[in-house]
Amino acid sequence: MASSTPNEVESKSFRERILRPLAVPLLAVFTSLVIGALIIVFTAENPAIGLDKLGKGYWGMFEGAFLKRNGILNTLVVTSPLILTGLAVAIPFHAGLFNIGAEGQFIMGAFTAVLAGIYLDLPPVIHPIVVMLAGFAGGALWGLIPGLLRAYLGAHEVINTIMMNFIAFALVSFAVRGPFLDPNTSSVQTYPIQKTAELVRISGRFHIGIFVTLLVASVVYYFLYKTTWGFSLRTTGHNPNAAKYAGIRPRQQFVLSLVLAGGLAGLAGSLEVQGLTHVVTTGIRAGYGFDAIGVSLLALNNPLAIIPAAFIFGALNIGGDFLQIRAGLSVHIVSILQAFILLFVAAPSIVRYLYRLKVSGGVAEGAPVTRGWGG
Amino acid sequence: MSTTPVLEARGLTKRFPGVIANDSVDLTLNKGEILAMLGENGAGKTTLMNMLYGLYHPDEGEILVNGKAVKMDSPNDAIAAGIGMVHQHFMLIPVMTVAENIMLGVEETRGVLAKLPMLGRLNRRAAAVRIKELSKQYSLDLDPDDYIKDLPVGIQQRAEIIKALYRNADILILDEPTAVLTPQEADELFAIMHNLTKQGVSIIFITHKLKEVLKVADRIAVLRNGKMVGTALPADATQASLAEMMVGREVILQVDKSEATPGDVVLDVKDLVVKTNRGQIAVENVSFEVRAGEILGIAGVQGNGQSELAEGLTGLRPIESGHIQLSDRDSTHFLPRQVTEMGVAHIPEDREKHGLIMAYSIADNLVLNRYYQPPFAKGPVLNQEVIDQNGRELVAEYDVRTPSIYTTAGSLSGGNKQKVIVAREFSRPVKLLIANQPTRGVDVGSIEFIHNQIISQRDSGVAVLLVSAELDEILSLADRVAVMFDGRIVKTLPIAEATRERVGLLMAGSET
Ligand SMILES: Nc1ncnc2c1ncn2[C@@H]1O[C@H](COP(=O)(O)OP(=O)(O)OP(=O)(O)O)[C@@H](O)[C@H]1O
Ligand SMILES: [Mg+2]
Repeated sequence: MASSTPNEVESKSFRERILRPLAVPLLAVFTSLVIGALIIVFTAENPAIGLDKLGKGYWGMFEGAFLKRNGILNTLVVTSPLILTGLAVAIPFHAGLFNIGAEGQFIMGAFTAVLAGIYLDLPPVIHPIVVMLAGFAGGALWGLIPGLLRAYLGAHEVINTIMMNFIAFALVSFAVRGPFLDPNTSSVQTYPIQKTAELVRISGRFHIGIFVTLLVASVVYYFLYKTTWGFSLRTTGHNPNAAKYAGIRPRQQFVLSLVLAGGLAGLAGSLEVQGLTHVVTTGIRAGYGFDAIGVSLLALNNPLAIIPAAFIFGALNIGGDFLQIRAGLSVHIVSILQAFILLFVAAPSIVRYLYRLKVSGGVAEGAPVTRGWGG
Repeated sequence: MSTTPVLEARGLTKRFPGVIANDSVDLTLNKGEILAMLGENGAGKTTLMNMLYGLYHPDEGEILVNGKAVKMDSPNDAIAAGIGMVHQHFMLIPVMTVAENIMLGVEETRGVLAKLPMLGRLNRRAAAVRIKELSKQYSLDLDPDDYIKDLPVGIQQRAEIIKALYRNADILILDEPTAVLTPQEADELFAIMHNLTKQGVSIIFITHKLKEVLKVADRIAVLRNGKMVGTALPADATQASLAEMMVGREVILQVDKSEATPGDVVLDVKDLVVKTNRGQIAVENVSFEVRAGEILGIAGVQGNGQSELAEGLTGLRPIESGHIQLSDRDSTHFLPRQVTEMGVAHIPEDREKHGLIMAYSIADNLVLNRYYQPPFAKGPVLNQEVIDQNGRELVAEYDVRTPSIYTTAGSLSGGNKQKVIVAREFSRPVKLLIANQPTRGVDVGSIEFIHNQIISQRDSGVAVLLVSAELDEILSLADRVAVMFDGRIVKTLPIAEATRERVGLLMAGSET
C-alpha cells in the first residue's frame, strides 16, 4: 500500500456501487437489440423492406409492451411471476447451486394453491393469504427433494431439479385430467378456486399480485444481505470449505436455499392462479421458470436488480407478439434477443471488449455467477 | 556469472483503486543469476512479477527481454519470451492430474487428427514421460498421475515448478516458493535453483525469509511501499540490515519470552485416529495434552499428519476413533461451530481454502466465525456498523495494508490476507489457540508482531498448539516440542532438550 486515499474508496461512490455493475447488463440488452435489428434487416427480401419491418417491428414491440391500452399493465402482469421465479434461481445461486426447477416448482405451487382455493372455506383477506402459503408450501416441497438429494447424497441438483420438472408436469397433467377435472366445462381444467381466494384485479388482467412480489423481492434482498441467515447462505456459495470453518453447515444451506427457492416459485404459481386463471389447466406451463434463469443472470443474481430484469424480459415477451402483428416477423426474434442478452451477460468479457470497459477493482461483491470445477 | 541483462523493467507503475502498488519501479535481472526480491507484505512484489508475466498491464513503463522491448499482453507473451512463473497462490486445477495440469495450454496430441487444432487426442503418455524426466533431473519427486486435490501443498508446488520448466522457461519467477516448504525441501529447491542457473536460467526469487536470501541470492532487490529502495549484495548484508531496509525501522528478530507457567489441562487428546481424504490413516493413535499458559509446538515435515490433526481437532475432519477433551467437555465429535464456541481459535493452514471468503470485504472476513453473535448481530439481523467498526479497529491494530475495510480479501497481498486471519482469531477471548503455519508468507516485521501476540496469549493463560513446518518458529516459541512422523507423535521434548539436530533427526524418522 503506497499512498492510499481512504475516503475515495471508503465511501463506495454511487458510480462504483450502482453504475459500474449496471454497465454490462444494460449494454448486453442494447447490443442484443442491435443484433436483433441486423438479423431482421438481413433476413428480409431486401434491405429496404428489412428496414421497414425493423421500424414497424421494434416500434410495435415498444407500443405493445408499454403504450397500447393496458400495454404496460400486461407487461407488469408477466413481470410478477418472472420476478419470483427469478428469485427462485438467484437464491440457490448464492448458495452455489443451480436451480433449473423453478418451472416445476411454479406448477406445483399453482396446483397446491388451487386445492387450497377450492377446498378451504375461509373469509376473504384470510383465504388469499392461506392460498399463497399453500402455493409456497407446494413449491417448497419441490425444492426440498432435490435439496435433500444434493445435501445428503451428493446428487447433482441440476439433474434433479430438471427431473422434478417432469414429475410436476406429469402429476399436474394427471390431476387436471383425472381427479380434479371440472366436468362443468368443455376445457381440461380443475374446478375454479372460490371467490374468497381470488386476488383483486385493478384493471383488465392487472391484479394486486405484483405488490406481494415486490415486497417479497425486498424481503429476499434484506434476508440475503442484512441477516445472519443470508450471510451463512452466501458464505456457503462462495466457499463451502471456509463456510465449514466458519461453523456453517453447507448441507443445511443447500437444503434451505432450494426450499426457499421452491417456495417463491410456488408462490408465483399461486399468484398466477389467484389473480389470473383461477383454475389450473394443462397450459399452466408458461415457461416462467425457464425465463427466470435469464432474469436472474441478467440481474447478476441481485434480488433487487431482478425487478428491472424481469421487467425487461416481461416487456420483450408482451411486445414480441406485436412483432408478428405489425411486421409479420416471427415471435422467435424475441427468443433470439433473450438468448443474446444471456450470452452477453454470461460472457461479460465480450461486452467489456466491445465497449472497452475496464474490469472493476477490488471493491464489489456479487454471487459467483459461474462456478468452476470441484465444489 | 555474467552481467548481461535478460530481463529489465523500466519505470513500471501500477495503480489499483486507492493504491499505487508499483511506483516507477526499475529492475534488472542478469543472465544466470538469482535475484532475491524482498519487501513487506503489500510492498508490491507480486504485482511487479505479475506485470513481468503479462498478467497485469503496467499503467506506465516498459519491459525488456534480452534488450528488446516486449509487449506483455498476456502470460502467453511472457511464456513465448521464455518467462515462467510459479505463483504465490497456486494456479492448479484440483480435479485434474499433475500431468494434465502441466500439459494445460501446451498439450501435445497424437492420433490421426493430431495436426488439426483442438482435435488430436491428448498424448498423456508423452507428457508423463517428460514430466518424469524433468522430475528426475531436478530431483523433484512427483507422480504425474496423482490428482492435484489429493496432494499436500508442498507437492503441488513441485508440479508448479515443473510446469514452468516444461514450457522451456529460461527466466523463472518464483513468488514465495519456500513459504510452504520445510527447510529440507527448501534446501532441495535451492539446489535445483543453482542447477538451473548453471545452465543459464535466470531466477527472480521472492521470499520473506532473510536467511534464505543470504544463502542463495546473487543479488538482492528491496521494494518498499511500491518503490524500489535499492539493491544489495549478500556479502555486504546481514539479516538485520535487510530487515531494516524492508521495513524502514529496526526489527527484533529474536523472540523474547519468559518461562512458561503451565496451568490446567485445556486440551487432552487420547489415541486419536484421523484419515486423509483418500481414506488412509493420517493421524495414528496420537495422544498429548496442552495446558493453559504453555505452547506445545508440533514439529514435523509437511504431510506427516499435522494438517489432518489440526482439522480433526477443530471439527473440520471426522474423528475415526479416540477422544478429544476440551477443558471439561468431551469434544471428540463436535462440529466446527461448537469447537469455536468452546473458546478455540484456529489459524488454518490454507488461508485461501479455509480462512477467507475472497469476494467478501475485509470487515466481513474479520467476523467470519462470529457474525451471528452479538454485537455483530442483533437476533438474526447483521449489525453492519459494528462489523465495520470492528474491521477498522483490527485493520489498524494488526497493520493490514489495505485502502479500506471494504476492499475484498481477494485483492489483498498474500501476507495481508494472513494478517486478516490472525487478527480475527486473536481478537476474541479464547482458551485454546490452534495455530497452523501462523506466519506463512508474512514479512519479518509482521512475524515479530504475530510471535509477540502468540507469546502474550500464552502469558494470559491461553493454551497454544503451534503447528509449523518452520523449525525456527517452533524452537523459538514452543515450551514443549512434539515431533510428528508418519502420523505419530514420535517424541515430546521439553524445549531445553529440543536441539535443532535432535528435532531434525526425529522429524526424519531416524530416532525415536
Ligand atoms: N487485484 C488487485 N486489486 C486491488 N488491489 C490489489 C490487487 N493486487 C494487489 N493489490 C494491492 O496492491 C498492493 C501490493 O500488493 P502485492 O500483492 O503486490 O504485494 P506483495 O509485495 O506481493 O505482498 P506479500 O508479501 O504480502 O505477498 C497491496 O496493497 C494490494 O492490496
Ligand atoms: Mg505477494
